[in-house]
Amino acid sequence: MKRFNNLTHKKQQSIIAFLFLLVPTTLVIVFGYVPFFSMIEYSFLRWDGLGPKQFIGFKNYIDALTRVENYRVFKVSLYYLVASFVQTIAALFFATILSFNTRGKNFFKGVLFFPHLINGVAIGLIFLYFFRGDGGTLNTFLKFLGFKGETLWLSDPKLVNWSIAFTSVWRYTGYNMVMFLGAIQSIPKEIYEAAELDGANWFDVFWHIILKTIMPIIKLMLILAITGSLSVFEAPYIMTGGGNGSETFVIRTVETAFKYNKIGLASAMAILLTIIIIFITIIQEKFFGND
Amino acid sequence: MINNTNLTPRVFKSTQIYFDLLKYFLLFTATLITLLPILVIFFGAFKTGVEFNSTGPFNLPKSWSLDNFRTVWIKGQMGLAFRNTIFIIGGASLGSILTGTMASYVIHRFNFRGKKFIKNLFLWIVLIPGTTAQVSRFQIVNALGLYNTPWVAIILAMGTDILAIYIYLQFLDSIPLSLDESAIIDGAGYFRVYFQIIMPLLKPATVTVLIIKSIGMYNDFYTPFLYMPKKSLQVISTILYKFKGPYGSQWEVICAGIVIAIIPTLVLFLALQKQIYNGLVSGAVKQ
Repeated sequence: MKRFNNLTHKKQQSIIAFLFLLVPTTLVIVFGYVPFFSMIEYSFLRWDGLGPKQFIGFKNYIDALTRVENYRVFKVSLYYLVASFVQTIAALFFATILSFNTRGKNFFKGVLFFPHLINGVAIGLIFLYFFRGDGGTLNTFLKFLGFKGETLWLSDPKLVNWSIAFTSVWRYTGYNMVMFLGAIQSIPKEIYEAAELDGANWFDVFWHIILKTIMPIIKLMLILAITGSLSVFEAPYIMTGGGNGSETFVIRTVETAFKYNKIGLASAMAILLTIIIIFITIIQEKFFGND
Repeated sequence: MINNTNLTPRVFKSTQIYFDLLKYFLLFTATLITLLPILVIFFGAFKTGVEFNSTGPFNLPKSWSLDNFRTVWIKGQMGLAFRNTIFIIGGASLGSILTGTMASYVIHRFNFRGKKFIKNLFLWIVLIPGTTAQVSRFQIVNALGLYNTPWVAIILAMGTDILAIYIYLQFLDSIPLSLDESAIIDGAGYFRVYFQIIMPLLKPATVTVLIIKSIGMYNDFYTPFLYMPKKSLQVISTILYKFKGPYGSQWEVICAGIVIAIIPTLVLFLALQKQIYNGLVSGAVKQ
């Protein structure tokens, strides 16, 4: 220790930097980057994970993009994309009204937010029961309102994706709302007063003050929503196992790898998804800047 | 920063009554939509099997029996799942706090070769989508002998989720450099600066890290599902998922399992509301 203290500060810094970064850097390389680069390698192979590896060029990529059963799953993302717009708008709406004088504000905020904290599997099960065809929560409620209430929400391929996408709206709206609320509450009161003196109506206030101030966080939430709808996995996997037309891209990738042991094809699919997400992120940085 | 005063600009006042009516109507509707799915599960958990199948989801339980909770706790082994979950959350939190503070301290305060590169190494990793990366991560986990051990969840949470480093880096901006410098001038070494100045001052950020980590890991399904299929290693998520099989025809038991899984979350939320809101807001900024 004595000898260490006699070193120049620069030397000491280098040694400590090395020691302090050793573990986190090793971990991020071993479990983050090595898998990523080996995934690139695998994507050019025909390989079951155990047996011999065979180089097949771009065949996996061609398969991933041209075979109907492989790219069909991209369409499922669209349901979640629509859902994420609904969720953003609803969150914005509730954040706006909760930032003004409202009785029981904290109660409403807490209730709407709480689903975000619930275990994802528990949510899947809750909605499995909610959407059950026979005697489920939703159908019973619809019967009570005078409807027939016999809809098969999770087995009808026309409905299943809307039903599961609704689950994600239920889960994330409150979270987005809390984010927006934080941003809205940082707007100083004087700005509203000034707007009032200028004769602004409520629409002006919303449009020119609130929306403008929280635009960066709206953009962030939207970009997370878009990349999120491309990587949906948990909810459909738990609720339907990807059946009845609810299979998503990530479910397909995971099944290709771990059920059918086609590591090469699965890697190509994973790389494609990564490219798309990086592409979206770059577009966002380019057009919206990083505010 | 957060201005918590209630404000109603006078511009809203002309249409106040209609606005209020609509506002509360929509708030109550949203509350109903949020709570109803959970409420029926809560009712169901207290019903007997016969009662569950013969009554509607909105009927209050007649028996208020605790049998389902007993079944799911003992036969469903939820106690074991809780122990495993707590172990993993504890290990991962401790690890992330240590590696997070250490890495962000040297990246933020020191000058050394390759600093920019290492910082970027931590930033770029978020671009790789988590679930799909498992395709090849699995091979490495397997090769290192981590498959079917509790360490895999801890190590992956430390190594691939580097949110802690972001949060600490951001927070270090607000700790003046002059504090470190004057301590150095007084003869303290860098280790002492880290342990006695930086670590304690980073406490608020550590609370944020703890909250985000715990919520994330308590709810994580895929990592334990893929890497820890052994029965003795089940966590809350995986055990709930498994209930679908054996209790598929006994939904009242599944309901009890769901309620048990939600209770710790609810208690923590009620106790730490403010910190949770603030933690998530500050955690999202750098995502």
